[in-house]
Amino acid sequence: MAVTINVNGAAHSVDVDGDTPLLWVLRDVLGMTGTKFGCGMALCGACTVHIDGAPTRSCVTPVDSVGASKITTIEAIGKTDAGARVQKAWLDREVVQCGYCQSGQIMSAAALLASNPRPTDTDIDDAMSGNICRCGTYVRIRQAIKQAANA
Amino acid sequence: MTTTEARAVAADPPAHLSRRKFLASAAGGGAFMLGLRLSVAHGGESTGTFTPNAFIRIGGDGQIVLTMPYVEMGQGTYTSIPMLIAEELEVGLDQVRLEHAPPNEKLYANPMLGEQATGNSNAIRGAWKPLREAGAIARTMLIAAAAKQWNVEPASCRAENGEVLHTSSGRRIKYGALAADAARMAVPANVAVKDRKDFRLIGTPAKRLDTPAKVNGTAIYGIDVRPQGVKIATLAQSPVFGGHLKSVNDTAALAVKGVRQVVKLEDAVAVVADHMGAAKKGLEALVVEWDDGPYAKLSTADVAAELEKATLGSGAVAQNIGDADRAMPGTATKIDAIYQMPFLAHAAMEPMNCTVHVRKDGCEIWVGTQAIVRCQAGAAKTLGLPLDNVVVHNHLLGGGFGRRLEEDGVIRAVQIARHVDGPVKIVWTREEDIRHDMYRPYWFDRLSAGLDEKGRPVAWVHRFAGSSVIARYIPAAFKDGLDPDSTEGAIDLTYGLPNFRAEFSRVEPPGIPTAFWRSVGPSHTVFVVESFMDELAAAAKQDPVTYRLALLDKNPRAKAVLALAAQKAGWGGALPTGSGRGVALQHVFGSYMAYVAEVEVAKNGTVRVRRVVCALDCGTVINSDTVKAQVESGAMFGITAALYGEITLKDGRVEQGNFDTYQILRMNEAPAVEVHVINNGDAPGGLGEAGTSLIVPAVANAIFAATGKRLRKMPIDQAVLKQIT
Repeated sequence: MAVTINVNGAAHSVDVDGDTPLLWVLRDVLGMTGTKFGCGMALCGACTVHIDGAPTRSCVTPVDSVGASKITTIEAIGKTDAGARVQKAWLDREVVQCGYCQSGQIMSAAALLASNPRPTDTDIDDAMSGNICRCGTYVRIRQAIKQAANA
Repeated sequence: MTTTEARAVAADPPAHLSRRKFLASAAGGGAFMLGLRLSVAHGGESTGTFTPNAFIRIGGDGQIVLTMPYVEMGQGTYTSIPMLIAEELEVGLDQVRLEHAPPNEKLYANPMLGEQATGNSNAIRGAWKPLREAGAIARTMLIAAAAKQWNVEPASCRAENGEVLHTSSGRRIKYGALAADAARMAVPANVAVKDRKDFRLIGTPAKRLDTPAKVNGTAIYGIDVRPQGVKIATLAQSPVFGGHLKSVNDTAALAVKGVRQVVKLEDAVAVVADHMGAAKKGLEALVVEWDDGPYAKLSTADVAAELEKATLGSGAVAQNIGDADRAMPGTATKIDAIYQMPFLAHAAMEPMNCTVHVRKDGCEIWVGTQAIVRCQAGAAKTLGLPLDNVVVHNHLLGGGFGRRLEEDGVIRAVQIARHVDGPVKIVWTREEDIRHDMYRPYWFDRLSAGLDEKGRPVAWVHRFAGSSVIARYIPAAFKDGLDPDSTEGAIDLTYGLPNFRAEFSRVEPPGIPTAFWRSVGPSHTVFVVESFMDELAAAAKQDPVTYRLALLDKNPRAKAVLALAAQKAGWGGALPTGSGRGVALQHVFGSYMAYVAEVEVAKNGTVRVRRVVCALDCGTVINSDTVKAQVESGAMFGITAALYGEITLKDGRVEQGNFDTYQILRMNEAPAVEVHVINNGDAPGGLGEAGTSLIVPAVANAIFAATGKRLRKMPIDQAVLKQIT
């Protein structure tokens, strides 16, 4: 069964089972490897994408559940205002270490700022605690979100 | 430089070199020089490219390529190593492009490990001299080439920003334009590296070179490679270590859309598909029967019991100062304690993966590894191929922490790929990654100390038992029952102790593979030593900082970091009820470090680390921002271990599987971290791991300060801390 999805403004038709997680369609079928696999159970946030702007764990999102909604991935988040500010703050604050989780961190942070331009520390905790960073870059992620909010 | 050319000038067999050199460095010998002197300048005439050594390549087009002998797994080597070279080469970091080194032990061996591997926090320590010299050699040859063109003395020229300048005439020429000529210059036998007062890069907070690609999704980790036509596979390995595959019914799996093939191995089964979604679905559809083998009933308690037994007898003496047995009976106060530390998984965010294309007469591998030569050798042996027929491409690592020092994932991938037509990427599920990790060893420690009437420790006896990773990884370095890793942090303490004995008993857990884990030996020893030192202070009814300072008269660097950490943390200041401060001090990986941790223990026993203050002396700082980042990172990694880290076995099976049962510290739990650096200009120490080993005792000691409860077994047991109301 072919499923059509809209990723970063382009329509893609993919021939996979409808229950295939969106993560694998992005990575293995469409070759967009910026979105990462970490746990497969929505426990770590590495696979976070936006679906109509809402941060969503693509590892547990069946591809046929997306419908006509617009999917945005790390490859295109820099085209949004919040995404661009977050990416710049990530660079300015030198947040990244191994970097594997950072696609997901940036997607969660961009969604936070798009919906809440002046997040408190509690707002940051609530929005970001689903994203694990094994290198422990949390201190800098918090600083970078605050910088991006004030940019 | 090609592999063949490099081999042609190399001399000793690598295995022999490895062991000898490892022992030399472990015994305190200086860094062993390898690679740089063996490589030669060549290639200029035909290509116009200047390749003065294995690390630098300057093209006629001006492109400067640096080949990285150490891998980037988050610790910042792909910036700090280029800083060392660029400092001497007189180029900016914005002028260089980086390449991963291919497997080539002769050219790229880590002088402190004796093989081409990144681990034990020694990349900077190993690279400090040779890679600055590599840059200085290139600079010297470029200057010589320019001077020859201008017919002037080389001494009248200098290098700056990718150009050579003739100072008096103001003439200048870019490196690219000099490349062909520089390649014909003699390689200088000796070069002078810059005086530290002339450093323009070393010591600065340089921007990381790997970061831009990591914030826009373009960075390529091992898991991201996509050779033409690649299939995706996932696997199930025997749930019990040492078990075997008995039977597989794959009818339903093969009916899953996108599943192409099921590969059955002796102790594993893999499903090959068009994408990971289909591979996972296929794996779930398999009906598998396992023969659990000899360890079917094994539990963690069985392992602990064996270790405990070993500590009742003598072990190999790792250090013996004075006569602890003679001093002990006459002491005024005697303290005994037993400590235990659990198996730990690495749980790097990038799950284990490896992409392999086995062809009739060769094999190509794409992976992110800390030990590329082992991967090449493991694949060659598995396939019965000559080493040269196995090509390995290294990549960025989505975390290493020691897990990727092992080649088991590559061997497993090759075992599967040899049955697959075309390239196949084997991706482990998180559950396989946790349940088939190679674990930080379980440790059991028994300590006794005697204090004199003033409370000073005058006798210290420490017996510990656990797995020797070195004995498996570098067998020749395990000698007389001892290895340099298991004992680091348990011997050569910073404190002056007149009668001291430490004994190690190597006891391998049955069936359970063990491996290096971030902060390696000290991940165990520093917790035990610094917790026990805190116990002695408490027994002596003295302040833990004052008590330690009094034992550091012969160790000014250790004393300085401890005093600084205490001062910056406001040691002794008031804290709310239920909160406490803990201190810990270490000298491992060549760096001195002290932490003060502030914790808050809730009535239900929940521990929250609020603030961490670090003072450190790692000698010369290369990238000052990376130093801070590594301390922050090390602290979080260790706090995760202290609060949650535990792999347990029941019926031979690892009980944890994903981040719900193997928890990792999250944003809402992360403390503030302050880092204070004493930059004293000594040779650099290692820092990628130091922050991890030291935070665990700092947190445990803070919990003692907050609650009066001494935690001698990790991870922290909240039930012990719960207040009965």
